[in-house]
Amino acid sequence: MTAPVLRVEHLTMRFGGLVAVHDLSLTAERGHITALIGPNGAGKTTVFNCITGFYKPTEGRIALQFGEPHLWDALETLTESGKRGHVRWDGSLYLLERMPNYMVAKRARVARTFQNIRLFQGMTALENLMVAQHKTLMRASGFSVLGAIGWPSYRRAECDAIEKAHYWLDRTGLTERADDPAGQLSYGQQQRLEIARAMCTDPVLLCLDEPAAGLNPHESAELSEFLRSIRRQHETSMLLIEHDMTVVMEISDHVIVLDHGVKIADGTPNEVRNDQKVIAAYLGVEDEEVGAAEAEVGL
Amino acid sequence: MPDEAAKPAAAPAPGPDVVRALREAGVTALIAFGLFLPLIGFNTVQNIRNELVLETRWVLLFSMVAIIAALRFAQVAFIAPYLAEQRQKRAARPVVEATETPWWTNYAVLGALVLYPLLAILFTVLINGAPGGAAKWIDNFGIQILIYVLLGWGLNVVVGFAGLLDLGYVAFYAIGAYTCALLSLHFGLSSFWLLLPLAGVLAAFWGILLGFPVLRLRGDYLAVVTLAFGEIIRLVLINWVPVTKGYAGVSSLPRPSFFGYPFVDAPGGFADRFGIPFSPLHRLLYLYYILLIAVALSAVIISRLRRLPVGRSWEALREDEIACRSLGINTTNSKLAAFAIGAFFGGIAGALFTARQGFISPESVNFSESALILAIVVLGGMGSMTGVAIAAAVIIGGTEALRELAFLKQIFGQDFDPAQYRMLLFGFAMVVIIVWKPRGLIGTREPTVVLKERKRIDASLVREGHG
Repeated sequence: MTAPVLRVEHLTMRFGGLVAVHDLSLTAERGHITALIGPNGAGKTTVFNCITGFYKPTEGRIALQFGEPHLWDALETLTESGKRGHVRWDGSLYLLERMPNYMVAKRARVARTFQNIRLFQGMTALENLMVAQHKTLMRASGFSVLGAIGWPSYRRAECDAIEKAHYWLDRTGLTERADDPAGQLSYGQQQRLEIARAMCTDPVLLCLDEPAAGLNPHESAELSEFLRSIRRQHETSMLLIEHDMTVVMEISDHVIVLDHGVKIADGTPNEVRNDQKVIAAYLGVEDEEVGAAEAEVGL
Repeated sequence: MPDEAAKPAAAPAPGPDVVRALREAGVTALIAFGLFLPLIGFNTVQNIRNELVLETRWVLLFSMVAIIAALRFAQVAFIAPYLAEQRQKRAARPVVEATETPWWTNYAVLGALVLYPLLAILFTVLINGAPGGAAKWIDNFGIQILIYVLLGWGLNVVVGFAGLLDLGYVAFYAIGAYTCALLSLHFGLSSFWLLLPLAGVLAAFWGILLGFPVLRLRGDYLAVVTLAFGEIIRLVLINWVPVTKGYAGVSSLPRPSFFGYPFVDAPGGFADRFGIPFSPLHRLLYLYYILLIAVALSAVIISRLRRLPVGRSWEALREDEIACRSLGINTTNSKLAAFAIGAFFGGIAGALFTARQGFISPESVNFSESALILAIVVLGGMGSMTGVAIAAAVIIGGTEALRELAFLKQIFGQDFDPAQYRMLLFGFAMVVIIVWKPRGLIGTREPTVVLKERKRIDASLVREGHG
C-alpha cells in the first residue's frame, strides 16, 4: 500500500558560496501528507523550488512516480539512460531535476502554491481555474485550430472544464465570487483559490508553501479539514511547508525537520515533537548543549 | 449603495461657496496687484532727449489683476468642487461594474461600416453634384483607418494580451508589404489573392524567428531588441538595392481584381464587363469592402482566440509568468504564438496597404509608424479591441481631418497649414489621456468565461505587461 510518490536523494543546492540545502534525502509516501518544517531560512522553500523545477539542484536526484509502484525498479536504468522520464501504460516515473519547471507541472503532475500568493489578479476566480486546465483544454481545442472554428468537441471540453472549476469553487466556498477578479478576494479566499487552482491541474503531488500563513485559528482549522478531505477524496499526495504547528501536527502523517539546509529529524508528528534536536533548533539550547547538538547535526 | 455613500459627503456643500470664493479672489487680487505693480504697472521709457521717463499702465495692470481674480474665483467656486465631486464619484464607484452593452452593438457598428462609403457617395453627390469627391472619404478615412485597426489589433495581441512590449511591430507590416512587392517583382506572382495569405504566413514565420532568441528577455530589454529588429528590417530594405530597389521602392504592385476582372478603364475590366461607366470609385469601394471583411474576420478570430486556452494563457502570462509555469503552461510556446499571430495580422495589413497604394518604399515603414501603432494600442486601452478600434479611428481620422481644416487659412493667413500641428495635437492628446485615463480609453477587462454574471474588471487590478 505505502509506496513513495517522491524520492529526493542527496539533494544539494548551492547559491554561490551559500549552501541552502545540503545532502538532503527524503521520501513522500503516496496518499500521505508530508510536512516540511524548520526555522526561517532552513531551506524549505529551496527544496520546494528544486522539486517543482524552479531551481536546478546542484547535486542530487529527485524522482517522482505515479501509477503502478513497480515502476520504481526502473529508477537506476532511467538515471543512467539520461532521459527525463519513463512512461508506460500503467504508470510513469520522472526525474524532476532534469525537467524544466513547466514540464514538472505538465508531465510529472506536480502542482504548487506560493508563499506569497501568485494568482492572476486581474482575471476572475473562474478564469484562474480555467487557466489551470490549460493542458486538457489545449488538447481539446486542437491547439487552437479546432477551438477557433468552434468545433463541438471543444465546446464540450470547455463545459467540462467549467464544471470542474465549479466543483472546486464549491469546495473552497468561492462559488459566489466566481466572476469577481481574484485580486478582489480576501486574503483567506485567495489562499483557498490558489489551492483550488493547483488542484485543477489534477496533481499527483501537491506542494503547499505555507498555506496557513496569516490565517486565524478558526480559518486554519478549516484549512486542515479541507486538506484532509482532499487527501481522502482525491489521489493526491501532499508536501506541506508550514509554520503553524497546530496544522502540521493535526494533519501530517510524516514530518521532516530541516535546519540550515540539513535534515535534523524525520518521523511521525509525535516522534518529531519530542525530538531533542528539533526542540533545540526551534527553542535554542543552553550553551554547553549547543556544541554537542551541532556535532551531532554535523555542523 | 454607491449613491448612498456619496450623498452624506456631498450634502454640506449644496452650491458653490460664493463667499469663500470672493474672499479667495480678493486675496489673490491683492497678491497679484502687489506683484504686478512694479512689473506691469510701471514702465520706463527713454524719450527723445535720452531721459528715462516713468510711465504708468493702469489699464493693463488692472485688467491683469481682474483676470487673475476671476480665474481664482472660478477655480474656487466651480472647478475645484467639480473635480472633488468627480473624484468622490470615482471612489464610490464599485471596482467591478456590470456590463450593459446590448447584444446588437456589434451588428449595428458593422451595419454602419457597410453603409459608410455609400453614404459618403450620397452626400458628395448631394453637395457637389458628382461622386468624385467621395474618393477621399472612402480612401483616406475608410480604408486607411481600417488598415490601422487591423495593425492595432495585431499589436494588441502581443502588447495588450501577452504583455510583451514590441517596439518594432512595423517590421511585420514591412514584411507583409514587401512579400507582395518582391514576389510580384521577381517571381511574377500577380494575383493579389495568392499574395495576401503568403504575406500573412511569411510575417508570422518571421515573428516566430524573431521570437525564439528574444523571448527570454523581458520588459525594457525586449522592447530594445524588437526596436532593433524593426530597424534591421528597414535598413535591409534600404540597402539591399538589387532585390528591394532601395529608397526608390517597388511600384505598380498587383491590386485585387474582382473575380478576375481588374478595375481598369479598358476592355475586359470590371466596368466594361458589367456595362457600367468606369469610375475609380469602384476600385476604392471594392478595397474598402475587402478590408471591412478582413477586419470583421480578424475581430471574430482574435476575440475567439482570446477565449481559447491559448488566449487565456496570454493574459495569464501578462499577469504572472511564474504562476503560469507552475500550472504546466509552456510560456515560450504561448509567447511565440502571440508573436506569430500578431505578426500575421501585421503582414495581412501590409499586403492590404500595397493593394491600396500600389507602391511600397522603406519610407512607409520607419519607426514613427511603429510608435503610431503602439500609441493606438496604448490610447485604446491595452487588451481592449473596441478601445483600439476607437483609438485608430480617432488618431488616424483626426490626422486626416486636420487636412480638411483649410478654412483656418482665412483666419491665420495663407502660410498656416493645420496638418503641421498634427504632432503637437497628438502629443497633447497623449498627455490628456495619460492624465485622465492612464489605462487607455477602455481600461476595463472583459472576463473570457462567466459562471453566473458578467462583470467588467477594473483596470487597477489588471496588470500591464512587464515583458
